[in-house]
Amino acid sequence: MAQTLSRPTASARAPGGGLALFTTLAGAAGAVTMTLALYGIFVLAPTERTQGVVQRVFYIHVPLAWTAYLAFGVVFVGSLLYLLRRRRRWDVLARSSAEVGVVLTTLVIVSGSLWGKAVWGTWWTWDARLTSTLVLWFIYVAYLMLRAYVGDPDRAARYSAVLGIVGFLDIPIIHMSVIWWRTLHPEPVVLRSEGPALPPEMLWVLLMSLVAMTCLYLSLLGLKLGIETLREDLRARRSPPAGQ
Amino acid sequence: MPPTPVQTPVSSPPTVRRPRPLVQLGALIWKDLQTERRTREIVLTTAVFAALALLIFVFAFDLRVENRRAVAPGMLWVTVTFATLLALGRTYASEKDQGTLEYLLTTPVDRSLLYLARLLATLVFLLVADVLTLGLAGLFFDLPLLTPGLLATVFLGTLGFASVGTLFAAMAANTRAREVLLPVLLLPVSVPVVIASVQATAADLGGAAGDHPWLGLLLAFDGLFLGLSALLFEHVLED
Repeated sequence: MAQTLSRPTASARAPGGGLALFTTLAGAAGAVTMTLALYGIFVLAPTERTQGVVQRVFYIHVPLAWTAYLAFGVVFVGSLLYLLRRRRRWDVLARSSAEVGVVLTTLVIVSGSLWGKAVWGTWWTWDARLTSTLVLWFIYVAYLMLRAYVGDPDRAARYSAVLGIVGFLDIPIIHMSVIWWRTLHPEPVVLRSEGPALPPEMLWVLLMSLVAMTCLYLSLLGLKLGIETLREDLRARRSPPAGQ
Repeated sequence: MPPTPVQTPVSSPPTVRRPRPLVQLGALIWKDLQTERRTREIVLTTAVFAALALLIFVFAFDLRVENRRAVAPGMLWVTVTFATLLALGRTYASEKDQGTLEYLLTTPVDRSLLYLARLLATLVFLLVADVLTLGLAGLFFDLPLLTPGLLATVFLGTLGFASVGTLFAAMAANTRAREVLLPVLLLPVSVPVVIASVQATAADLGGAAGDHPWLGLLLAFDGLFLGLSALLFEHVLED
């Protein structure tokens, strides 16, 4: 304990200047945009007529969902690049993003559940988008479990890359199947062919919140990348240099 | 080391003559079928498991005549899903126990052929078990289950499970807790298969189902993941 406290900067320095700078910048940008977004959500945005104040969850919930998809997209890209190039850093990227993505998806489900209780009168319902988000969450929880249960690190990297690719390409099919199965969720209000159905002030707050959440994701990803890089480093130092 | 004639150019290796891919595929499938014929590990256990699962459903649900058509699709596919998981879990067990996979990997066979062979052999086992299950369920619940439409649904659904399942089973076999990990990996990914199969079966039995092209969805899933798994299989079998 005393030893770790005596050298507090070791972990911040180790992963290399570029990553530390990236994390700091993303964190700073996140702090600024998050403050602006919160101001927008609670002060600027008009109160929705039918749902009332609780509709403001929307500005948190929807950007979180988009960011979660971004995180899993990064897992997909990292997995693909790892299988093609076999550089450890792509695996580090994929697994770090997967962990942050699971956290974001959990927040999506929790915030949606709170909103649903207020608006639909129930914590959970088997609506299409809730169901597909839950399935998504399970896929990436399985990803993290797979990593935990494979002993050999190279094998863990390959296996989870396979799952990272299969899982991501499965998302549209899952989406399609549960939409056909049933739907109760509001139709998309922003990304639709006729143009956004939101009043402009609501849209601006939403976009600001989206930027804030993306910064949050990037800074969390940067922190996680730092930790995982250190972990790789530690493993390399522990095992004899000759390899297996 | 066979003596090579002096005049042979360096470029052509004299002894290696690879069989054509189809011949290799046939040999690989034949190997799996022979093993199954001798050990009877997969088809028999899977079919008996499925029969027992149906028996449990009889106790679990109220299966009077008016309920049957509503309950049957779900019952059938829960049975098929879990029986498939059980069978897929077994497909790499004997190779794992006896270390024969390493020998197989030393042969000059394309990795995606290894995948296809294992997939097709597993599919044969599963379909035999499925047909037995359908027949038994039809008998138990007095429903016409062995119809062409339902057989097509069962074929496409089982192919969907088996396509990703063969890939994941090879991964799960190399982990701690392999029996538990395979369902954890396979079930969320194959949610579309479950939904589409249940809906297609319900439509076939004349129950309430949306008029979406469920078999088309199954076909899309099967096609995508068959190709993808064949490509990714070499990364699973590397060590």
